Amino acid sequence: MISSQLPALQVVLPLAAAPLCILFHNRTFAWLLMVFVSLASFGISCALFNQVLAENAITYAMGGWVAPWGIEYYIDKLTTYMLLIVNGIAVLVSLGARESVENEISSDRIYLFYTAFLLNLTGLLGVIITGDAFNLFVFIEIASLSSYAIISLGKDKRCLYAAFRYLVYGTVGASFILISVGLLYVVTGTLNIADLSQQLVNAENTATITTAFVFFVIGIAIKAAIFPMHLWLPDAYTYSPSIVSTFLAGTTTKVFIYVLIRFIYSLYGYEFSFFHESFDNLLMIAACGAILYGSYRAIKQDSLKRLLAYSSIAQIGYMILGIALITELGLAASLIHIFNHAFIKVGLFLAVTAIIYSYGTDSIERLAGMAKTSPFTFVLFLISGLSIIGVPLTSGFISKWYLIKASLEAGYWGLIVIIVFSSVLAIIYIGRVIETAYFKPEATNTASFNNKKMPHLLFLSLFIFCFINIYLGIETSLNVDMAFQIAHELINK
Amino acid sequence: MTCSLFHPGLLLIFSGLLIPFIHGFKRTLFILIIPCLSLLSLWSMSFGSDCSIQYLDYELILINLDSLSRLFITVFAIAVFTAGLFCCKQASSTELSAAYVYAGGAMSVVLAGDLISLFIFWELMALASTLLIWSAQNEKSYKAGMRYISIHLLGGVILMCGIAGYVYETNSIAFTHMQLNSISTWLILCGFLLNAGAPPLTAWLADAYPEASYSGMVFLSAFTTKTAVYVLLRGFPGTELLIYIGLFMIFYGIIYALLENDIRRILGYSIINQVGFMVCGIGIGTEMALNGTAAHAFTHIIYKALLLMSAGSVLYMTGKRKCTELGGLVQSMPLTAICGIVGALAISSFPLTSGFISKSMITQASIDEHVLWIWLLLQAASAGVFLHAGIKFPWFVFFQKDSGLRPTDPPINMKISMVFFAVICILIGIFPNILYNILPYNVNYQPYTVAHTITQLQLLLFSGLAFFIMLPLMKRTLTISLDFDWFYRYLAPILAKIVVNYLLNAQQLVNKFLISLKSSLSFDDKLDYQLSIGKSVGLIIFFFSILLLYFVVL
Repeated sequence: MISSQLPALQVVLPLAAAPLCILFHNRTFAWLLMVFVSLASFGISCALFNQVLAENAITYAMGGWVAPWGIEYYIDKLTTYMLLIVNGIAVLVSLGARESVENEISSDRIYLFYTAFLLNLTGLLGVIITGDAFNLFVFIEIASLSSYAIISLGKDKRCLYAAFRYLVYGTVGASFILISVGLLYVVTGTLNIADLSQQLVNAENTATITTAFVFFVIGIAIKAAIFPMHLWLPDAYTYSPSIVSTFLAGTTTKVFIYVLIRFIYSLYGYEFSFFHESFDNLLMIAACGAILYGSYRAIKQDSLKRLLAYSSIAQIGYMILGIALITELGLAASLIHIFNHAFIKVGLFLAVTAIIYSYGTDSIERLAGMAKTSPFTFVLFLISGLSIIGVPLTSGFISKWYLIKASLEAGYWGLIVIIVFSSVLAIIYIGRVIETAYFKPEATNTASFNNKKMPHLLFLSLFIFCFINIYLGIETSLNVDMAFQIAHELINK
Repeated sequence: MTCSLFHPGLLLIFSGLLIPFIHGFKRTLFILIIPCLSLLSLWSMSFGSDCSIQYLDYELILINLDSLSRLFITVFAIAVFTAGLFCCKQASSTELSAAYVYAGGAMSVVLAGDLISLFIFWELMALASTLLIWSAQNEKSYKAGMRYISIHLLGGVILMCGIAGYVYETNSIAFTHMQLNSISTWLILCGFLLNAGAPPLTAWLADAYPEASYSGMVFLSAFTTKTAVYVLLRGFPGTELLIYIGLFMIFYGIIYALLENDIRRILGYSIINQVGFMVCGIGIGTEMALNGTAAHAFTHIIYKALLLMSAGSVLYMTGKRKCTELGGLVQSMPLTAICGIVGALAISSFPLTSGFISKSMITQASIDEHVLWIWLLLQAASAGVFLHAGIKFPWFVFFQKDSGLRPTDPPINMKISMVFFAVICILIGIFPNILYNILPYNVNYQPYTVAHTITQLQLLLFSGLAFFIMLPLMKRTLTISLDFDWFYRYLAPILAKIVVNYLLNAQQLVNKFLISLKSSLSFDDKLDYQLSIGKSVGLIIFFFSILLLYFVVL
């Protein structure tokens, strides 16, 4: 009986847990609740995954109102793929969060942090699972508002500006998405995504639909930080508490790229989205710009978090690149990279979290010689770093390999040069950190560092991420096969 | 994964990673036993493919053994053993560890049966050799290592592009003979040649190797260029272009070595020169030439290591490496001097040394092919080799003037390893069949004919005479000779500065223009309340209107 209600529970569980955190007003309880809820949520997504494997696609009518009138939750392979990523990261991040959060957020606000964190999780899961365009907007707003809140919880006052800038961008982006949904509603009279895609085939008023498409593209580009609409991202990741950056880097942007894929393939349809012959070219230019610009800016940063933020912009470029190729292989490569990069980037950010916890700084210059005092942190950072460079036998290599293959298949030799060149840039920016930490002599005034030992749970979750990075680089069937099936289904729909 | 026996390369890599955890006498024992073990496991393997791993959609073959790869791995193992013995007590654990991983990577490249695993180990070699250079731990070696790694990463990028294209075109990852008929094979060739030290990026070798420690360079001389020779032998035999590249490298090496003052840089240039002979042999591409190339790689690794150990001993005992600062060491370091001379004779292919029996195969192959001009050039080059390495090195270090230095011979382990290699050089020279029997093709060649021996002796004696007649010209002063690396070491930063300044000026102009327009466009670093709103909204509207215009109006 309960198994048929799982889609609703997936969203309702974290939503219901959020107010509990406020009611109990206890930070240990809030953390335990967070861990418990994300574990349960992960369990639910695993169960859904099994169901989807058996039944191919599940639809769930919220409150018994049947689509297209009621809100429908639609779950197929792509949905569960994303649910697994977001839930998996939520579990591992919340596991290691406790000490770092107590270190970086003033203690009377910690329960608020967990509340907002749970709401953010709710929003992201809702965005993924919903089959209704307006409901999608609602969940986008839940996810965004809660993320503005958690970004601004840090002790560093600059996080207020960062959150505010994110808020301005995010609000404009969300309203663009809303306008887009509204225009579609005007044309078709429906909000259900599956229904919309059917109605759009028959609709004639193309100017309105195109305008809706443009609003949507810009809106989603802001939300997913696609170059050149990425401007909110570096500040938001740099000044927010490090656990927040960790979670956001792994989930938010990926979820919005998921929305982009969903809209292109399930809502507007493959032919419409690329019927303007150069929309894929536009995406490709944006992607190449992102890859080069992000990698280039990452090299020059002194703050580790900012470095990783720029590297994220570059990696988002890879994901968009796969989509822009409009081939099955390209889409699959993009999906694989979404999966792999989520775990790589969270691994890196968690390592930075550990560094900030131990030394209270993320300035690369001040990390000189620190690899001797905290060897484990830097070894784990190195492993994830190798993965982001794309060294063979790590997961980063797998996604780059498929991207290269896809670009060759589509006949773009130039793209390979860009991909490989940006890997070289990645070697430089990761190499700089490693070089400073391992080879530079230790700074003399280390007395100012509080030099705390890494908490065990943080170490555990960091270790798991690195293990996943290596595991996915060697045994690829887990995500690669799934990504190929999804791409096949989406393209041949 | 199925593996019937130890993989010699992986064995070295893993034991290399263990070295830092072992200390004292155990470490010495460990580093000496491991190469022997890998040699043992190599010779107990049978020819054919082994160790296949399913990776992505492909089957990686880690071991693809035939007589050619066995030859290279044999000499690699011998070189690791001897170089390990040479510095087993003195070198730091970091250096030994890097060296073993590096050597293991080289062996694995040679054994690899497919392009992907080849590439993986290729990059591992590049990283480990950079660490080896850095482990000299001074400012110069740090910078040289940086230049070295950037060049090799560039090579890796080119190779990776080539391999990806090749795999896509042929849908097979097997590493076999390739035709130069597409961009991808050209890229692969370029990637390989870069590691061989081919023009135009030749300078990395003589730039980086001498900055390694006295023992590090012994390791470095053996592997990178020789694996490149191996992959060229396997992938591109008989490519005519390689003849010209090889000849260029031969003469490039000679000229720069003659101009050089630093003994280890002389030996670095002479590596390029010797690899030039091999590349040329690959270009000729007959069975005889390929045999000669393989044999020459074998003997070259040994006598070059011998020369470098001799030079390394001098450096270790005196701390000096310039021709102008050294001299007259034969009295206080007799053993080092003798070993150095044996190496010098071998590199100049003096009869009864190993160089004679291997290099003559390449020159013989050029006669067999009836290309006279190549033969003439190769002969002239042989004389040149004698000039720069055969006489110049021992003369300026061990004889010439008395520099006043009175170091003794180096510690016992260094002496043993030098004597060991000196003996091998002469042994192979006297009994060439030891080497000929393990070459990839059957050998019907007798190096010790009267005519050939006498020709070679005349050649060497006359060039020796020339050296002493022109001795005043040969005297080195403290000068630096310009090489291609001048372009990227000095010119490029200057150009970059000019371009950056120009761009900065341009950017300032643009900024002024933008500010005057009160535009919301600017970079994303400033945190400011007012800017946050104005810039963000402005930028969004800007891109939105462009896109809208693009889609709806056009």
